[in-house]
Amino acid sequence: MDLGLPATTVVPDGIPPLTDDTRREAREIIARYPRSRSALLPMLHLVQSVQGYVSPAGISLCAEELELTKAEVGAVATFYTMYRRRPAGSYHVGVCTNTLCAVLGGDALFAVAKEHLGIGNNETSADGSVSLEHIECNAACDYAPVVMVNWEFYDNQDPQSLRGLLDACQAGNPPAPTRGPSRLVSFKEMSRVLAGFNDGLGQEGVAAGPASLIGLDLARQRGDVAPSYPASEA
Amino acid sequence: MLTPVLSAHWDEADAFTLEGYARHRGYEALTKALKTDPDALIQLVKDSGLRGRGGAGFPTGMKWGFIPQGPEGQGGKPHYLVVNADESEPGTCKDVPFMLANPHALLEGVIIASYAIRASHAFIYVRGEVTHVVRRLHDAVQQAYSAGHLGKDIHGSGFDLEVVVHAGAGAYICGEETALLDSLEGYRGQPRLRPPFPATHGLYACPTVVNNVESIASVPSIVLGGAEWFSSMGTEKSKGYTLYSLSGHVKKPGQYEAPLGITLRQLLDLSGGMRDGRTLKFWTPGGSSTPLLTADHLDVPLDYEGVTAAGSMLGTKALQCFDDTTCVVRAILRWTEFYAHESCGKCTPCREGTYWMVQILQRLEAGTGTEEDIATLLDTCDNIFGRAFCALGDGATSPIVSGVQLFRDEFLQHVAGGCPFDPVASTVFGAVTA
Repeated sequence: MDLGLPATTVVPDGIPPLTDDTRREAREIIARYPRSRSALLPMLHLVQSVQGYVSPAGISLCAEELELTKAEVGAVATFYTMYRRRPAGSYHVGVCTNTLCAVLGGDALFAVAKEHLGIGNNETSADGSVSLEHIECNAACDYAPVVMVNWEFYDNQDPQSLRGLLDACQAGNPPAPTRGPSRLVSFKEMSRVLAGFNDGLGQEGVAAGPASLIGLDLARQRGDVAPSYPASEA
Repeated sequence: MLTPVLSAHWDEADAFTLEGYARHRGYEALTKALKTDPDALIQLVKDSGLRGRGGAGFPTGMKWGFIPQGPEGQGGKPHYLVVNADESEPGTCKDVPFMLANPHALLEGVIIASYAIRASHAFIYVRGEVTHVVRRLHDAVQQAYSAGHLGKDIHGSGFDLEVVVHAGAGAYICGEETALLDSLEGYRGQPRLRPPFPATHGLYACPTVVNNVESIASVPSIVLGGAEWFSSMGTEKSKGYTLYSLSGHVKKPGQYEAPLGITLRQLLDLSGGMRDGRTLKFWTPGGSSTPLLTADHLDVPLDYEGVTAAGSMLGTKALQCFDDTTCVVRAILRWTEFYAHESCGKCTPCREGTYWMVQILQRLEAGTGTEEDIATLLDTCDNIFGRAFCALGDGATSPIVSGVQLFRDEFLQHVAGGCPFDPVASTVFGAVTA
C-alpha cells in the first residue's frame, strides 16, 4: 500500500549516494568484530564519511548489512551526538562551553562564532562550508579555551584567533591544527578515520603540545626523576 | 617531587613511533612477561598496589584476578580486555595527551594484560572526538602487528592476540564501564544493572576486564621495575606515580606526573601558582563529579584516602582551579547542564532530576531564584544520589551539594540582587580582544 510517504532512499541535492564500495567497506568493518552488531558505530561513521550525515539511506544500509530493523539502527544513531541528522559543513566547528572552558572564555568565543558566521547552534552556513556546535569537555582543559574543527585541536583560542580560523575555514583554507596533522582534513575524510580506515596522517604533527610537557620540563629543570629500576630487574 | 615515568619522553619528536618507544626499552616488558606465568603477572600487579586511574581506584590486579579461568562455566568462554579510552569527565585531560604522545606504552600494557587474563581479543574504546589520537592508535596497532608484537604466536610464545581500535561517537556515559560495553556491542550506551559484573558477564556476556588507559599503561613499568619499585612511590594505600592535570586560572596549566599523595599546594608552588593578583576560590580534585574543595584543602594529600577524608574523591586527578573572579553558581549551572545533556535517560531520578535542576540553577544565576529554590535543589540531589544504576547521577549532585555547602552566601547573594560577577574578568583574554 502506498502511504504517500517519501521513500527513505531519496538523496537530497548535492549529497553523494551510498555505493557498492560503501557496502563493501561496511562488510570490512563487520569482519573486524567477533559479533557483527559491534560494527554499528563505525558503520555510522562510514555513512557520514560519504554523505556528511546519517541519512535515511545510511540507516537502511546498516540495517540490511547487520540484519537489524531500521528502528534499531535509528535508536542507536540518535543516541550519540557525533552522528548528524543534517549535513555537516566541510568544517564542523565545536566550541567548548563546559564549565572550565566557558569560564576561561568559551562562552564569549561561542558568541563570537555565532555572530561571525550568522548561524546558531547546530546550524550550517548557507554555502555549506561551516557548521557550528557548542561542545562538552574535549579532554584538553590545559589548553582552554578549546575549539575543535572536524574534531582536531585548535588550542588556546581568543576571539581574534577564532575569527581568523572561521574566515579561513569559509575560504576553504584552514590552518593546521595545533596538535594534529599538517593539514586539516574535511568532515567526511575525518569520519573515515573514525570508521577505522587509516588516512596515513598519524605520523604527522607533534608528539605533545606545550601544556602536556610543562611538568616534564619542570622536572628536568629541577632534576626530579622517578627512582631507577632496580639493577636485578634491569 | 615530580616523577615522570609515563610522560618521561614526551618531548622527543618521535615519542609516538615504534622506534621512539623502543629507544626507551619499549616492548622489553612484553618479552619478560611472555616468559612469566600469567597468574604470577596478576600477582605482580596485585603486589604493586596499582589502583584504577579512571576514577574509582579499584585495585587493578584484583580486577584481573576476578576473571574465571579454566575450562568450566564462564571460564571456558572467550575472555576480553577492553581499554576505557573514552576520557570525557569534565576537567580530565590526561589519557588523550598520553595516547597522542605514547600509544605504544598503552599497547604494550594491553598485550601484557591480555596475556595475564588469557584474552585473545582486546578492544581500545576511544572517544570519537579526538581524531588524531585515533590515528596514532591505528598506527601503533599496525606497527605492533608488523613487529610481531600482535597477531598469532607472539614472539613464539604460543599466545595470540588481536587488537581493535574502536572509536565512540559522542556520549559521556560510555565512560561508565557497562555502558561502554553496551556501546561496543552496537547498542545505545546505557549502564547495566550489576551484578553480574563484567568480570564474569562483560562483553558478549563473557568474562571481561575493563581498565582505564593510564592503569594499563602503567603495567609495563611494573613488569620491568617490579612491585617494590612501583610501591616505593606514593602513600600507604595509594601506590605509585600518576598524572595530575592542572587547569583553570593557574599560571601553568598542564600535566604533572608525581607520586600519589602530593598536595595541590605543592603543585601550585612548583608551577607558579594562580594567575597574578588572584586567589584560589574553589577546585575539583578529580573532575566535576568530585565534590568541590577550597583553599582550606590545599594541604590534602591527593591520594585515594586523603581526598575521601576531606569529603571528596580523588577521581581522575583533574585539578580544575577557579579564582575569585569566578561565579560559583554559573560554574555549577554549566556542569549541571552537562549532566542533563549526558544523562542516558535510563533511570528516572537522573533523567528528570538533572533536567529540573538546570531550570532552578538558571533562575538562580539570572537573579530570579528564591531561597526555597536552594532547598529544592538540595532535595532533588537527595532524590538522585544513590537512586540510579550508575555514578552519573551521583556525580551530578557533587558540585551542587558541595557548592551550596561551601558557598551558600553566594547563592543567597544571587537571590537578593543577581549575579555580582563580571564574566569578562574570568576569561583568559579579558575585555581587550573580546
